[in-house]
Amino acid sequence: MSDLATDPGIGKSNGALDHLIYVLKENPVTLIAFAMFGVLIFVAVFGPVIAPYDPLQSDAAAALQPPSLAHWFGTDNLGRDVFSRTIIAARLDLIISVAAVALSFVFGSFLGAVAGYWGGLIDGVLNRVFDTIMAFPLFVLAMGIVAALGNTVENIVYATAVINIPFYARLVRAEVNIRRTSGFAQAAKLAGNSDLRVLACHIYPNALPPMMVQVSLNLGWAILNAAGLSFIGLGVRPPTAEWGIMVAEGANFIVSGEWWLALFPGAMLMFAVFTFNLLGDGLRDIVDPRQRT
Amino acid sequence: MPGRLKTVLIRIAQAIPVVIGVVIISFVLTRALPGDPAVYFAGMAADEDSIAQVRENLGLDKSLPEQFLVYVSDLASGNMGTSLSTGQPVAQDLASRLPASLELTLTALILSCAIAIPLGVLAATNPGSMIDHVCRVLVTAGVSLPTFFTGIVLIYVFYYLLGIAPSPLGRLDFTYIEPDHVTGFYLIDAALAGDWETWLGALKQLALPAITLALFTLAPLARMTRAAMLSTLSSDFVRTARAAGLTDETVLFTYAFRNALLPVITTLGMVFSFTLGANVLVEKVYAWPGIGSYAVEALVVSDYAAVQGFVLAMALLFVVLNLLIDLAYTAIDPRIGFNSQ
Repeated sequence: MSDLATDPGIGKSNGALDHLIYVLKENPVTLIAFAMFGVLIFVAVFGPVIAPYDPLQSDAAAALQPPSLAHWFGTDNLGRDVFSRTIIAARLDLIISVAAVALSFVFGSFLGAVAGYWGGLIDGVLNRVFDTIMAFPLFVLAMGIVAALGNTVENIVYATAVINIPFYARLVRAEVNIRRTSGFAQAAKLAGNSDLRVLACHIYPNALPPMMVQVSLNLGWAILNAAGLSFIGLGVRPPTAEWGIMVAEGANFIVSGEWWLALFPGAMLMFAVFTFNLLGDGLRDIVDPRQRT
Repeated sequence: MPGRLKTVLIRIAQAIPVVIGVVIISFVLTRALPGDPAVYFAGMAADEDSIAQVRENLGLDKSLPEQFLVYVSDLASGNMGTSLSTGQPVAQDLASRLPASLELTLTALILSCAIAIPLGVLAATNPGSMIDHVCRVLVTAGVSLPTFFTGIVLIYVFYYLLGIAPSPLGRLDFTYIEPDHVTGFYLIDAALAGDWETWLGALKQLALPAITLALFTLAPLARMTRAAMLSTLSSDFVRTARAAGLTDETVLFTYAFRNALLPVITTLGMVFSFTLGANVLVEKVYAWPGIGSYAVEALVVSDYAAVQGFVLAMALLFVVLNLLIDLAYTAIDPRIGFNSQ
């Protein structure tokens, strides 16, 4: 009792922790999603340490072996260890999707905030541009952008970022727009803050919770998008280990029964996307329980 | 009726700026080619003169606005350039392959609507039941499925393990003869010709790719149907209808379902966007001779005119589909108007 009275800081942090524990207890699925996310991050960070073989080292004598103790996920047509390749690929796939989502987050926030706060001509023009981007089937537009800019990994990142910017910008625009003339914003303005400061420090932070949900759901989608592009031969080049390319290479052997080539990287890809989707749903339940479906 | 006609006309007029935007973006994409397009189109063994010649032929020596005008007038006359790999005009290539893609996409969408909507309705009417949980798992797992991967798994199970499905190569096994070209849809053409053997062969070939695409689109549709049904079922007018003693069926279908359909149709628009993208992947997996695999083949050999033609065609198709969806709104819900702008 006296401890709490003397040090309110501890009591407060316990409260926040208690709340987090309460939320996770209420929704065990979200807890599982966080655990899966931890596994994914661990694999991405320590992948090269865990992997038992060099992902690029081929061994013709051990080609197309089914899963065994020596090769947990079997070997591919060049005798490379599928387990090592699947593990190593996690880092590249996550980097592509995180970079793409970070880019669309930053640009989407900026454009959306400007459009929502000042409105007028900028708002009109940006809205038209976003309408046009969304008038394309998004994966197809990404294909077109990569084809036009050149077939590299960076361009996969840019293409994925461009097709996602409208979603972020729309979200921020709506959140900023409804708060533009609210009491706290006007009070901050009267207290002598500049427009830019009011927008960046007072209004914009309100858009962050829904943005976090969007980021999480979007990460899964960005991974799918990047893997899909490399599946059709864009971006990542062989022999680099990447889930989409590994599935594409494995697809040639599926009709002759060598299922392990495509199954393991594909399953890993699904695991990653599933994790981000669960996480996004869980975050949405925490941030905005009304949107629960 | 004139009121509704006006609504429809306004909606069609609204599609025009979008089409203009789409054309501008695809023009920018064609002109953003890495390096000098003239060098590229002139080919490997080109010297200075032939490059200059090609530049003049392509109109690349003109200013950008002039180039844009040329591009638009070319498009207006149906000219999308010539594909380097097939040597045919891109527009002709796309037109001959479009029916294959449409047949696949539409079959998949009909299939997924036929499963997703009843599933969503059942899940919403029996919350907490077994079917509700099935729906929930399917919905979360469904959006995580990479289409190209599900396709490969289905091939492995149904072609390699069970041997039920035919080999995943194209629209028709080589033992059958293509039906006479009427609509380009093999199922319809074969039925029109009364050739049921070919019809069955085409159906077998179509089944796996369509299921792959349908699995992908199932999730958002089922999710939205369930959510929309839940919210209409808990609304006041449904309670009133129940209290007035209407039968369960009347309440469910006439009152709740019809109102729940609007958000479902909105989702359908988004699902179309996904489907057209996923189409490319599924066509590649099943060697389906549609416009998606055409674009993939063109990408591999850097045939830019073909790729950009494909992107533009897909975008225009999507604009038209969205237009049709919005028009379907007015049929379902007479309250809808497009007066706001």
